[in-house]
Amino acid sequence: MANSAAAFDSAKRATREGLTALGKLLRTTLFKLSLVYLTVFALFAAFLIGYFAWTTSSLITRQITETIDAEINGLSELYNQGGIRRLLLLVDARSRRPGSNLYLVTTPAGEGLAGNVGSLQPGILERTGLTETSYRRLDEAEDTEHYALVRVVRLGGGFRLLVGRDIEERERLHDIILTAARWSVAVVVVLGLVGGVFVTRRVLKRIDAMTGTTRTIMEGDLSGRLPIAGTGDELDRLGENLNAMLERIEGLMHGLKEVSDNIAHDLRTPLTRLRNRAEEALRTAKGDGDYRAALENVLEESDGLIRTFNALLMIARAESGEVRENMDEFDAAEIVHDVAELYEPLADDKGLALKVDAPAPAPIKGNRELISQALANLIDNAIKYAAPKLAAPALAPAVGDVVADAVPPPGEVAPAIVVSARAEGNRVLLSVADNGPGIPAADRLHVVERFVRLEQSRSQPGAGLGLSLAAAVARLHRGELVLGDNAPGLKATLALSRA
Amino acid sequence: MRLLIVEDDRDAADYLVKAFREVGHVADHAVDGEEGLAMALGEQYDVLIIDRMLPKRDGLSVIGTLRAKSIDTPALILSALGQVDDRVKGLRAGGDDYLPKPYSFSELLARVEVLARRRSGRGEETVYRVADLELDRLSHRVTRGESEIVLQPREFRLLEYLMKHAGQVVTRTMLLENVWDYHFDPQTNVIDVHMSRLRSKIDKGFSRALLHTVRGAGYVIRDGK
Repeated sequence: MANSAAAFDSAKRATREGLTALGKLLRTTLFKLSLVYLTVFALFAAFLIGYFAWTTSSLITRQITETIDAEINGLSELYNQGGIRRLLLLVDARSRRPGSNLYLVTTPAGEGLAGNVGSLQPGILERTGLTETSYRRLDEAEDTEHYALVRVVRLGGGFRLLVGRDIEERERLHDIILTAARWSVAVVVVLGLVGGVFVTRRVLKRIDAMTGTTRTIMEGDLSGRLPIAGTGDELDRLGENLNAMLERIEGLMHGLKEVSDNIAHDLRTPLTRLRNRAEEALRTAKGDGDYRAALENVLEESDGLIRTFNALLMIARAESGEVRENMDEFDAAEIVHDVAELYEPLADDKGLALKVDAPAPAPIKGNRELISQALANLIDNAIKYAAPKLAAPALAPAVGDVVADAVPPPGEVAPAIVVSARAEGNRVLLSVADNGPGIPAADRLHVVERFVRLEQSRSQPGAGLGLSLAAAVARLHRGELVLGDNAPGLKATLALSRA
Repeated sequence: MRLLIVEDDRDAADYLVKAFREVGHVADHAVDGEEGLAMALGEQYDVLIIDRMLPKRDGLSVIGTLRAKSIDTPALILSALGQVDDRVKGLRAGGDDYLPKPYSFSELLARVEVLARRRSGRGEETVYRVADLELDRLSHRVTRGESEIVLQPREFRLLEYLMKHAGQVVTRTMLLENVWDYHFDPQTNVIDVHMSRLRSKIDKGFSRALLHTVRGAGYVIRDGK
């Protein structure tokens, strides 16, 4: 019992699933579209056949009418010339021919004189135009009945002449056409339905495959890609675009993971230090002085943490493009002067000459604050790494060499740091060049990536983040941070598009 | 000075109330936007310290409502959102200053004191004086005693800001914001270097120093220690 109940249940479920599959198919746009086309084609077929039937039928009718009229004219002529006797003779002769037309000549009272008509619908003889009527031939059995198109004319002397032609042929043609119409419409409907279902199912299958993949992707497997049939049709194109989108999303997710890993690293290290300091103070401090020193240490460490955190947040914000709304046009040369002015005393204190080379306006559209900050980071970096008081003769160019603007005449001290702004084509280049150790060519690309720090710079807190932030700001402005060789030193250039 | 602190984090609020009391100010505390608005409307305060995100009524809306009722008590917005556009939004809503969390108390105190003094302050005077140091805002001349001091334009603005708030501590961030109009962290002690240059110009060779460094807070210009 239980078994059969279960079987029944599963059968019911299968039916239901079958129904829902069918329902799904019936609900597709494609299937609805096929139905519309089907209706249009069926109507068209019906119209075509109807038109065909109508024209053939009227053609046949016209032929019959013409034949009848010709015969009547001939016979009337004969009567007029030869009288009733000649007419009766001819009618009699014609009536006997096999497959002949219908003939009947009557007296004014309606008695038949000659012809092959056995019976007619009553009253036909009274009408003189073209009429359809049922009839029976003389040589046929009582109950047979045929249809004919007949015309009756009154001859002189009250005689009446009827000539007609059987129209069963026409009716048969009608039937054939009607049957053909039924069949062809039926075939159109069946083929259309089958074709519609077939095409819809094929497309539905692909869509289902896409939906399935999408679902697994939504469940977290970002490596999934939509199947591409390779036919280059619209579904393929859609799939390719979605795949490109997935690629991008996966890249972003990967980036996000990297970012959070780096954030974790950048914050965890100072947090550990912070914790260690506090713990150490608790363990070893001997008096108020020790505690105070430890607390001050902790405070300093936490300020550093906040700074790192802010920088990370800033980079994330710049990366997300959120700040893009807050952009206006300004002169980058002015920014270069301002920021350089902020750092000039600091450089001077370290014995570094800082020179600004921004003679002409360099209009850009962007976020003033962020670009200032990026530039500040680059200058700050340069000050950290530049070598103080490099004597000019060491750099003195050989005779014939092109002398760069930044290189002063021999005898003067070459600036350790040159901050410049210049417009070049459709770009504005803001660069900070120093004479420090520079960055090895192999590392330059790498260092501009998000949050990457060179092992060497680990001892200098925040240095790597400065470059990352500058790069993020450049990307936000659809530009780039280019690191080049200043021989010796680093030349960091923010290449932004000109306003 | 009487302050109103509108802050939903009880720990943070208690810490602030206590810290302000230690430096001799009275601070009331409201836990949400509605209560804060009612208190700010009912009582007379010198400065309002308002958290940006509050239960019941948003901090910006509290300030907006107060301003609509022509109550112009200076308001400082505390916010976990520290980005430039958030600051702009806060100031546009009627806030007078904006401090992102986490902040140091000395920073908050310095800003609150400057805000409180702004009402009675010396904003529109044309000549600022501290002891024998004089700064003429119209002719851009600075003199100390008999001698004229030549300053770079930025140094002039730096001194102008310090003298405008003579006797009050101004922090490095305040200087960076008000003199340079930068709201980012310059990473290194750039401000200190500028200050030491300024100090060498106005204090060097004089028996009394006017420009003082306040440890852990910032700078102050005043007559006497």
